[in-house]
Amino acid sequence: MPVSVDMLQIPDWSDLGGFLPETVMFGAFLLALLGDLVVRRRPVVPFAVVMAGALTALAPSFAGLDAPERTILGGLVVVDGMAAFFRILFSLIAVATLLVSWASEEIMGRTRENKGEYYALIALMTGGMMVMAEARDLLMLYLSLELVSLSSYVMAGYMRNSLRATEASLKYVIFGAVSSGVMLYGLSLLYGLTGSLTYVGVRDALAAGAGDPLSLLTVCVLLLAGLGYKIAMVPFHFWAPDVYEGAPTPVSAFFSVGPKAAGFALMIRFFYTTMQPAVDRVDWRLLIAVLSVATMTFGNLVAVRQVNVKRLLAYSSIAHAGYLLMGFLMLTAEGLQAILFYLLIYALMNLGAFLFVVALNNSLKSEHLDDYAGLGFRSPWAAAMMVVFLFSLTGLPPTAGFIGKFYLFAAVMHEGWYWLAIVGVLNSVVSLFYYMKIARTMYFTKAPADAPAVPIAPLHYVTLVLLAAPTLFLGLYWGGLKDLADRAVQHFTAL
Amino acid sequence: MADHLLSWMTFAPVIGAAVIAGLPGRYKDLTKWIAAAATAVPLLLAVQLFLQFDRATAGMQFTEHYTWIKSFNIEYFLGVDGLSVPMVLLTALLSFLCIIASWRIEKAVKGYFSLFLLLEAGMMGVFCALDFFLFYVFWEVMLLPMYFLIGIWGGPRKEYAAIKFFLYTLAGSVLMLLAMIAFYYNVKDPVTGGHTFNMLHMMDQANHGGILDLANVRFAIWMGLFIGFAIKVPVFPFHTWLPDAHVEAPTAVSVILAGVLLKMGTYGLLRISYPMLPDQAVGFMVPMAILGAINILYGAFCAMAQTDMKKLVAYSSVSHMGYVLLGMSAMNEVGINGAVLQMFNHGTITAMMFLCVGVIYDRAHHRDINGFGGLGLQLPVYTSVFSFALFAAVGLPGLSGFVSEAMVFIGAFPTHRTITIVSALGIVVGAAYVLWMLQRVFLGEKNAKYDSLPEISARELFTLVPIGIIVLVLGVYPMPVLDLMKVSLNHLIKVVAG
Repeated sequence: MPVSVDMLQIPDWSDLGGFLPETVMFGAFLLALLGDLVVRRRPVVPFAVVMAGALTALAPSFAGLDAPERTILGGLVVVDGMAAFFRILFSLIAVATLLVSWASEEIMGRTRENKGEYYALIALMTGGMMVMAEARDLLMLYLSLELVSLSSYVMAGYMRNSLRATEASLKYVIFGAVSSGVMLYGLSLLYGLTGSLTYVGVRDALAAGAGDPLSLLTVCVLLLAGLGYKIAMVPFHFWAPDVYEGAPTPVSAFFSVGPKAAGFALMIRFFYTTMQPAVDRVDWRLLIAVLSVATMTFGNLVAVRQVNVKRLLAYSSIAHAGYLLMGFLMLTAEGLQAILFYLLIYALMNLGAFLFVVALNNSLKSEHLDDYAGLGFRSPWAAAMMVVFLFSLTGLPPTAGFIGKFYLFAAVMHEGWYWLAIVGVLNSVVSLFYYMKIARTMYFTKAPADAPAVPIAPLHYVTLVLLAAPTLFLGLYWGGLKDLADRAVQHFTAL
Repeated sequence: MADHLLSWMTFAPVIGAAVIAGLPGRYKDLTKWIAAAATAVPLLLAVQLFLQFDRATAGMQFTEHYTWIKSFNIEYFLGVDGLSVPMVLLTALLSFLCIIASWRIEKAVKGYFSLFLLLEAGMMGVFCALDFFLFYVFWEVMLLPMYFLIGIWGGPRKEYAAIKFFLYTLAGSVLMLLAMIAFYYNVKDPVTGGHTFNMLHMMDQANHGGILDLANVRFAIWMGLFIGFAIKVPVFPFHTWLPDAHVEAPTAVSVILAGVLLKMGTYGLLRISYPMLPDQAVGFMVPMAILGAINILYGAFCAMAQTDMKKLVAYSSVSHMGYVLLGMSAMNEVGINGAVLQMFNHGTITAMMFLCVGVIYDRAHHRDINGFGGLGLQLPVYTSVFSFALFAAVGLPGLSGFVSEAMVFIGAFPTHRTITIVSALGIVVGAAYVLWMLQRVFLGEKNAKYDSLPEISARELFTLVPIGIIVLVLGVYPMPVLDLMKVSLNHLIKVVAG
């Protein structure tokens, strides 16, 4: 087996300059753990450390948006505009998750233990997700994925006295272990076919004709098992509703946006770089198109029947993975821009919707739809913001969700996948029904006379506004964000 | 204000809604006055528009043109021509009167009036937008307030009606979204050479290229747009949301729904489908005429079978919108002018009818046609107003409905002889259901239960009389509205039918 030259690259210290945001996040993780050890029972220390880390990581990320591609750390990691975009996205998601968690009873309730570790894990996962978006080597692909997965198992089981959370965590572990095992097998096959671990090496080998259609199809399917599980794609989605329902709501919020976006980043870089030359032998675009239709249709249809809001949002997040996959298989700059654009907006609106659930859970101690009756009048401002998130998730103007979907559909139409676009828009209509189910309960159903008051923590109010305002504003003027997404892919060489 | 007349008309209600949203909920009267002011502004500007509009040109007037999203060539482009001006006037008038008609709303006043103002903004925007993207945004923006207005302030089955309305309309508009994207990628901006959402560029066949050169693609796009608009009109068999929505919606919302929202469907056909796909429009003449005839007759027969006044009026809308379709399918000047005039006239007449039903419902708390009787003796003023509206709906000569229906028939007869003759039966059935209702509610034995029913109030009359005057004037002399639109419409029909 020939040893490729870039495997022999020795990492040098200057590489760390390009790896700054991750270094900061991993540093924040260690500091938070250490801080938690030194100052016991003061979760504010790890909270502040991680918050500072996430905010610090933003500056170098913005600076890297226009940077050309640069390989570092011995060729394991690539830094470019797209990596910078995802770093920004993950930092913002981390900030929002921190704010959501800090005022949540589920996380900060008096009986909870290990609050410090919880915040440390957010830092670790954020760093891991950033690496996922930068991996350009099969080894790094697997390592970063596992880093994120392992920390998620712990986070899902954070409420260790709760039966539901423990069950969720266990399910997650088992499902995750199987998926990554399957994927590892796929990776080993791919290595066997091409003799290289780097994306570039794999690509060149595939372009030179390595691999027959059947084995390449096997590789694709096996890899999609591992990656599909991360983005909750049908048929690897089974864990999602249970985990989202069982895990503490702030954690579900985090899972539904962070690892999903990271999974997409990983998929984009892997498939666009390595599998593009193999498109003539294995039509993985069609495979993903079918999976995309299955994912959105299944997610939407099952969501219609849900009465638990967390579970409903879980199925909705499955459906959204389906929409995103449409853009993914276009293999065009337009599709890629649409995905990045949508991921950021999706993070805003989905975190917002989950935050509403978190904020109410503090006083309602329930996520059942029936307990939301009359919230439109019991808590008018928060409910109004929830309506903004729901409309945005449906994809109705004048919210950002519409613009995001518009770009996705435009990319799909431009490539001539008309049937896919039609399935996509009809799915949006189905989704309207269940999103409006929440709005209907909040506004059209009268609250029972003994309905408890629903005070909302001030920090939650602030965070709701911080998420709702851009959701609305980006629906009216999104030029700046679109430019950001366009800049992020301008140097993406795999297109 | 003069420079940005259309923007002010569109966004004055939004400003009003924002002010109301910021106002503490206890200032109920102030809220209503702000809402009235916020709708009075567009009404006054509409008067200015009416006076200043140049009737001699077919081009767009009062245009406002700005870049919105540069990277995707999305523009903020407003303008009006003879097709949109009557609709803008109708919207401004009905919105203002509906605020007055809603004066006795007591439940969640703040929410009601701010949503109503957002609704007006959406409607104005649709009639003024000349950028397809902008048009679509306004088109969809209306759904949100409508959903909540029906769902919160509606009748017993409001939840069902609200979501049905929402799902139907959204299903139609997503098809329009795809059609819009297809246009975007295949129409070239003649100046820059890039893609464009500019509707005026889309109307020029010379700019079409790519897949728009394929006949079956054009047909698919036409059908996508047609279904989208047909759901709004509503054209049989997409009409089933309408009776539900009307019955459950509060009075003022029904007025807007029938008076303005239904017109958006036919407006969309004339603004977008006809000029952008003229070949398909001509090819679809006969199906359109048949659908029009079905609407006329089916709507009328359904109306005859109703015992709920509101449902009767709702089905009469289905019937009357059929005339619009028939006139549009004629592909000649008389027919299309008649169709647009019928859009305007139906807006005023049906608004009167819904307002009248609202008046009696506020007093008797039911709308059962068989539950009244002899109201003519008890409420003479109300009876005369309602009868006036009903006769206008029948198409009595001297009232505005007659003029437009006659024009539709005169226009359609040479093009679709048999269909027109069959449709004309609709007039007879129309007279039947209206007169039958008139007889059961106002004539006959006086119902002792309603001996103390109070007469129509001054506020209620204030909402009805202005519309009544318009109906009467246009019945005798329709030129004020015909003059507004005929140059643009004649130009349109020349472009479409050659």
